[in-house]
Amino acid sequence: MNLPRWILSGLSLLPLSLCGQPLNPAELLKPPTDAWPTYNGDYSGRRYSPLTQINSSNVHTLSLAWATRFGAGGGGRGGGPAAGAAVQIKSTPLMVNGILYFSSPNHVWAADARTGRELWHYQYPPNTGSTIGNRGVGMYGNWLFFETPDSHLVSLDARTGKQRWKVQIADPKLDYTSTVAPVVVGNHILVGIGGDHLDNPGFLESHDPETGAVQWKWWTTPRKGQAGIETWPNEYAAAHGTGQAWMPGTYDPELNLYIVGTGNPNPVMAEKSRKGDNLYTCSIVALNPDTGKMVWYFQPSPHDTHDWDAVETPVMFEGVIDGQKRKLVMQASRNGYFFVLDRATGKNLVTVPFIDTLNWAKGVDAKGQPIPDPAKFPSTDGVLVSPSSSGATNWQSPSFDPDTGLLYVGTNRPFSMYYLTDTDEHPEGWGGLDTGVGSDGSAVVAIDYRTGKIAWKHEWPSGSGVTHMLTTAGKLLFTSNGQNLIAFNPSNGKILWHAGLMASPSAGPITYLLDGRQYLLVAAGDSLYSFTVNRPAE
Amino acid sequence: MHAAKRIGLGVLSLFVLILTLMGAQEPVVSGAGAARGGASGAGAATAAALSASKEDPAAVERGGKVYGTYCGGCHGNNARGGPGAPDLVRSVLVLDDEKGILIAPVVRDGRPDQGMPKLSLTEAQIADVVAWLHVQTYAAGHRTTYEFQDVITGDPRKGEAFFNSRGKCNTCHSAAGDLKGIAGRYEPFTLQSRWLQPRGGRGGGGRGARGGAPPSTRSAITVTVTPVSGQPVTGTLERIDDFNVSLRDSSGDYHSFNREGGNPKVDIHDPLQAHTDLLHTYTDADIHNVTAYLVTLK
Repeated sequence: MNLPRWILSGLSLLPLSLCGQPLNPAELLKPPTDAWPTYNGDYSGRRYSPLTQINSSNVHTLSLAWATRFGAGGGGRGGGPAAGAAVQIKSTPLMVNGILYFSSPNHVWAADARTGRELWHYQYPPNTGSTIGNRGVGMYGNWLFFETPDSHLVSLDARTGKQRWKVQIADPKLDYTSTVAPVVVGNHILVGIGGDHLDNPGFLESHDPETGAVQWKWWTTPRKGQAGIETWPNEYAAAHGTGQAWMPGTYDPELNLYIVGTGNPNPVMAEKSRKGDNLYTCSIVALNPDTGKMVWYFQPSPHDTHDWDAVETPVMFEGVIDGQKRKLVMQASRNGYFFVLDRATGKNLVTVPFIDTLNWAKGVDAKGQPIPDPAKFPSTDGVLVSPSSSGATNWQSPSFDPDTGLLYVGTNRPFSMYYLTDTDEHPEGWGGLDTGVGSDGSAVVAIDYRTGKIAWKHEWPSGSGVTHMLTTAGKLLFTSNGQNLIAFNPSNGKILWHAGLMASPSAGPITYLLDGRQYLLVAAGDSLYSFTVNRPAE
Repeated sequence: MHAAKRIGLGVLSLFVLILTLMGAQEPVVSGAGAARGGASGAGAATAAALSASKEDPAAVERGGKVYGTYCGGCHGNNARGGPGAPDLVRSVLVLDDEKGILIAPVVRDGRPDQGMPKLSLTEAQIADVVAWLHVQTYAAGHRTTYEFQDVITGDPRKGEAFFNSRGKCNTCHSAAGDLKGIAGRYEPFTLQSRWLQPRGGRGGGGRGARGGAPPSTRSAITVTVTPVSGQPVTGTLERIDDFNVSLRDSSGDYHSFNREGGNPKVDIHDPLQAHTDLLHTYTDADIHNVTAYLVTLK
């Protein structure tokens, strides 16, 4: 960690080293080039790479370097057919010093980024936790961190895949499930959890990278005497108000703010016992990562009744609004609204819907927050609302290209009937359900952050439009539709290249430079696919 | 649900708080604020929850009666808390329990320091109460066991008017024709889901979505592909994306084409497009009125 930069550079030149090398923390503070060292590539959440070797002029020659399947059936079976349960890689891989680190629920793998060969496979013991997904690992020096379905934080030695320690984050019998890719800030391992079936309290935690000890814990809903408690009818409702932060956040080292989104309040669709805005659920919050103290908040969905978690990546960028250069953060939220906030204060600057079917808000309040229409709260006979509970977008990563000034977001325009099923004075759990009754379509949209207007949109002929985005300085936008991995011109939405894979891309594509060559890597189902451009004749 | 035998106020005052054993994740909520006033008894565990919970139905039945007699007066008929006693469905102790290992000692010994008396229940009765409690927590936590309630709240005359005028439903449907007897074919909730979106599994629906209908050939999407040179081919759409389109023609033969830009020309016809278009125009009252009308078509 304190080694001079030239020693680390020298180490990374050692050819074909099969042993993982430590992550230099300086890698986390710059745009990703020769590494993809954290969930979003860097702390900003932009998923923008300054690399240009793969670019709009040569992308038509982008070709497969290797593809590898990863099985769940114990170590050393990489490349072979999956034994046991099918693997779904929903994690964004890390790439550090030539090695890829990635996960699926209960599994972590290391693979040689040059060939796709499995180096080790760690398997967590079988448990009853939900295996809905795992978003990936965090790295600190030689240590990896990941969350398990039964809500433990596990640390592995990146060189061997051997477990160092594990600590419990939450009681798995309380319906918590843990999927978050930990984010490493300084010596803080920042984790969150999920699970909204039994009204469990939500929280974020920071753990010590060496011991796993909890450094701080921040409840996502206020307790007695705390600010925000007035947005709940009582302390009991707040304490069972959930608000799970189940996605990694982003970090501004200058302001020392960790900005992260929180999920829906509970009971999810039955709001009778939780009148009020229900802070800090469905919120974007800025925490000091050293203390866990909240500095500001903004609430995309006050008093949510539609399961619209505001956990989508809060993307940090520098932009000009009203002629003034500012530190900004933006989110295309699951509820269908696009928001731009001042990153230092949380003050709202832009609030505009990014789907045209949205029908649940009465307008926007003075703080820039949508005003929910009570007529669209779930009812026993059903109310028609767009979007559905799966949202206008979801956890799939957006991308911001500073060259175009556009945020690229995967979107759907679905309608649901929302039904209240629990009419008790004190409903519990979900308290209701929504049933899909059609969709207006799906599209990748390019949003101009200055106005929230859609600069261009590409309608998909079929399939979900809520897919992952990656942009590069090579004037490329990568995303997917169905099993097709696709490159767009980010300025105008013209398709430049595509490749049909054996499964639908299941996590965000990444790109990095290795041995002087730029690669594009994407997880799809149980496999990783690595692409590069054909080398010109020398 | 099981009727609770009301316990006298004098006894109630003894039961102040129980089950305050708190796990690390339990929010610290102190005092009477942890308990709530009178649960109404709605939101009870459904038959689906009982079945899926894998608890013995006979034990659950007996346990519900014991619970109603000895516990419901304080903890509420549905165990969601009562005047002076906490919610048991959200109780960490109940959620952590397996086969009564944690619950039984509390029932056996009471929590006299917190106002809960010893209850003179047999071990068999305690086991039954445990089974019943586990069904309540299962029911709250598993939304696939939730039951939809009454959806017939609209005005059938207004629904008929919408059907024949503003909704233009009568362009394709008629009460005496294809919809004759439809109320007998579906229960009201399914009917409402199905007339809103007859094509199942394409709703783009929610996380807890249920109630979709199976696909029917009448609603199949058709496509005509016109190559730059050659005859147009028409059939049922199999698959389309930006790069390929495929179809099956009336004789069952499969055809597939590469797509590049605008070639070949692709024309898609969705016979259910009107259902999707109407989603933009319905009021919720329109929907409830149409359902109320359709349930009269017996």
